[in-house]
Amino acid sequence: MTGLAMPKPDAATLSRRAEIVADMKIIVPGEGVVDAVNGMRAFESDGLTAYRQLPLVVVLPETTAQVARILKYCNDRNIRVVPRGSGTSLSGGALPLEDAVLLVMSRFNRILDIDYANRTVTAQPGVTNLGITHAVEQEGFYYAPDPSSQIACSIGGNVAENSGGVHCLKYGLTANNVLGIEMVLMDGQVLRLGGKHLDAEGYDLLGVMTGSEGLLGVVTEVTVRILKRPEAARALLIGFPSSEEAGQCVADIIGAGIIPGGMEMMDGPAIRAAEDFVHAGYPLDVEALLIVELDGPGPEIDHLIGQVEAIAARNGSTACRISTSEEERLVFWAGRKAAFPAVGRISPDYYCMDGTIPRKELPKVLAGMRAMSARYGLGVANVFHAGDGNLHPLILYDANEPGELEKAEAFGSDILRLCVEVGGVLTGEHGVGVEKRDLMGTMFTDDDLDHQMRVKCAFDPNHLLNPGKVFPQLRRCAEMGRMHVHRGQMPFPDIPRF
Amino acid sequence: MTTFTPTTSAEMLEAVRWAAGEGEPIEVVGHGSKRGIGRPVQTEHVIDCSGLAGVTLYEPEELVLSARAGTPVAEIERLLAEKNQEFAFEPMDYGPLLGGEPGRGTIGGLLAANLAGPRRLKAGAARDHILGIQAVSGRGEAFKSGGRVVKNVTGYDLSKVMAGSWGTLAVLTDVTFKVLPRSETETTMALRGLTEEQAIAAMAAAMGSSAEVSAAAHLPETVTGKVLDGALSGRASTLLRLEGFGPSVTYRTEMLKTLFSMLEIDTIDEAASRSLWRQVRDVVPFADGTGKPVWRVSMAPSEGHRMVMALRMQAAVDAYYDWQGGLIWLRMESDSEADTLRALVRRHGGGHATLVRASLAERAAVPVFEPQPAALAALSARLKTEFDPKAILNPGRMVASHGGGVAASHATGG
Ligand SMILES: Cc1cc2nc3c(=O)[nH]c(=O)nc-3n(C[C@H](O)[C@H](O)[C@H](O)COP(=O)(O)OP(=O)(O)OC[C@H]3O[C@@H](n4cnc5c(N)ncnc54)[C@H](O)[C@@H]3O)c2cc1C
Repeated sequence: MTGLAMPKPDAATLSRRAEIVADMKIIVPGEGVVDAVNGMRAFESDGLTAYRQLPLVVVLPETTAQVARILKYCNDRNIRVVPRGSGTSLSGGALPLEDAVLLVMSRFNRILDIDYANRTVTAQPGVTNLGITHAVEQEGFYYAPDPSSQIACSIGGNVAENSGGVHCLKYGLTANNVLGIEMVLMDGQVLRLGGKHLDAEGYDLLGVMTGSEGLLGVVTEVTVRILKRPEAARALLIGFPSSEEAGQCVADIIGAGIIPGGMEMMDGPAIRAAEDFVHAGYPLDVEALLIVELDGPGPEIDHLIGQVEAIAARNGSTACRISTSEEERLVFWAGRKAAFPAVGRISPDYYCMDGTIPRKELPKVLAGMRAMSARYGLGVANVFHAGDGNLHPLILYDANEPGELEKAEAFGSDILRLCVEVGGVLTGEHGVGVEKRDLMGTMFTDDDLDHQMRVKCAFDPNHLLNPGKVFPQLRRCAEMGRMHVHRGQMPFPDIPRF
Repeated sequence: MTTFTPTTSAEMLEAVRWAAGEGEPIEVVGHGSKRGIGRPVQTEHVIDCSGLAGVTLYEPEELVLSARAGTPVAEIERLLAEKNQEFAFEPMDYGPLLGGEPGRGTIGGLLAANLAGPRRLKAGAARDHILGIQAVSGRGEAFKSGGRVVKNVTGYDLSKVMAGSWGTLAVLTDVTFKVLPRSETETTMALRGLTEEQAIAAMAAAMGSSAEVSAAAHLPETVTGKVLDGALSGRASTLLRLEGFGPSVTYRTEMLKTLFSMLEIDTIDEAASRSLWRQVRDVVPFADGTGKPVWRVSMAPSEGHRMVMALRMQAAVDAYYDWQGGLIWLRMESDSEADTLRALVRRHGGGHATLVRASLAERAAVPVFEPQPAALAALSARLKTEFDPKAILNPGRMVASHGGGVAASHATGG
């Protein structure tokens, strides 16, 4: 993907840049338009830093009315728009385009409503994920989906990516915790989907907006469910000689009817990198480490913790520690939470992948990765949302070595192909963006992709919103609208019935 | 009238393709258990999906089950129960309310209707548990979305688009759901004699506590005698369910008793609790064998009872509440009072009202599904056109203007 093909910039738009910038300054007065190259540099890439592109202009609106005017203006003039939240996307979803307005939502940073009776928070999309929890924690509440980037990533970005976190298995992804949004279509129309009530009166448009990666509309307000903090939480830190045993242990825990609040796995290289970095006391003589966190009422945890310990022992665990204090529980997590930066210390660069597999395929996929690692001559460390089969292989490379980035990318693509081959998918939580765009064909047929694109056509028929992301190939909506008519005999002639 | 009974995906594709080619409208049915919901559909042809049946994959340890769309829900639930698992969203059974047999319904129909149950607040609806689908759109093209793993954001989530689409976008051929362990035990506490306002406050306090209440319903005095063979007759019952491992349920029961120490509380044991919630779920209190209009209204939990109070001033209505007060079941004495009701829902913070039981004439005359504001309606119509350009699939079932505008002249219910 290093030779990533993006939609050809529109010459007419580029030539009208000065006029567009001036008009944007009229729509968003004050500090809200950044058009100097120096200022725009800060926005030239998102969390997928291998790709950089200066946008046409950066606009930071403050109100829904401004967003609506900007989008209508661009729609009428055939100008592309790329929405951006905090820019932490790991798949290049917020990568600017040379001829596109970059619509940055970070000034939408207010919490609008906290409703404890209905357990909802309504926030502007630029509020950070953790900001929502901060707003309600004094009352003992929190917002459950917790991506590792939660200090920085925006709730609007979370909706766009359907983000997850370590607590997803028990508490769901963003999609399961969002109740409503206000959004603006590319033509400037403002819509409300959902609210404090549940489910849709018609088609589940909120469901399809969640995870649509900024291609269907711009989210301008989000209502989420908040939960009461569990009474307690305790964690087990369990070491195994191999990932097979660890994987079986995960299966057996779930098989016993236990759904832990979090269940994370790390492989040998990840364990050692994390331990070197944070000194969490991880055992270094194991090849797989599980963190199993049980949360809920105290007596429930006491009841289950022994069961989990016994299941681990039955599966050949060689080390098992149970947290006895909140400090100790946090230390167990410290290594896992710091796994990315820890790997960053042992390698000049790393490339984070995000496939999901049926859990039982873990040994096969890890073995496959080891073989690829030897073939490409690049190291790989694995952290893994073990409960739901979501893998995060971190490929170690050095961008300063000519050809290594390309090698790392090829390695990554091979891993994702393997994930699909064993019945898994390309991305569990980071999104397709530009990164996995050209691999979509390994999972989907043209008919599959066309039906996805038909949703796009209903929302943004001119392909002006975030083009070049998600879909390997943009097809004109009018063209796709034509039906292939198969006229002919009625199949399996009449079976009349009354 | 032709009834197609495809037994393979290929036959399904062929049937829909033929209809798409000819522009022939078709009604899509599974067991027909929810055929009475929606605007009456009147078509020459019917696709009966119930022959496309069978569980194709069940891996309890992976928490995943795939089945052909026509597989009976009851069969799947039996299979899950053998492994102590279930659909955590507790799909309701419309059979009793609509005057049909209980225990009917296909898994495809379950998704198309986006079924849910009392655990909705905690565990979600069908939309929250669907992992992947295969389907044939009204264009006569087969497509798939999602997968068989529990965490997946690859491409648009068309599975969710199918949830609650009532067969108007595509005909499902295969579905994959997330399944979860069944709770080891459960118990229900009934707070007795609360007014609706007190009940709503109590349910909010319970659901907002760390007692992990999995369901909260309020049965006013007129309704409470209609469950558990009258065991709760007399004073209103506010029901709070606790589920999980034995020691945890015991502990949380005490927690709630402390929280509500000022109130009179009846404790309902496991077996009775299971039947009670099934009755609440399946609207048994209004399964009276009549055709009196029944509404399903979804609102913010704190607002529902205010709307009901205002409605009572204008119409004869019986009501009870699930989902902490956010799901309101209403039985009207005579007319459906659609406009009055919907105006009140809007006035009390919004939401939506679906006329789930009514005579054919009424369903043809009154929008069964909540009408949408213009911009949203236009977007939904565009989506419909993208998936089913000739409006051949269940024309007019959800929205009159999506094809099939002719009022029904004969019964298709059953
Ligand atoms: C260190 C690190 C750890 C991470 N850990 C996790 C993790 O554990 N789990 C996880 O799921 N993700 C994780 N991520 C990925 C990332 O944080 C999430 O995808 C996040 O939701 C992106 O939010 P953002 O505000 O940064 O969005 P951006 O990166 O700005 O944008 C992401 C996408 O959303 C669109 N978008 C943003 N805002 C809007 C809006 N208001 N309306 C419409 N579209 C919009 C953009 O166009 C783009 O396509 C991690 C990232 C980093 C850097």
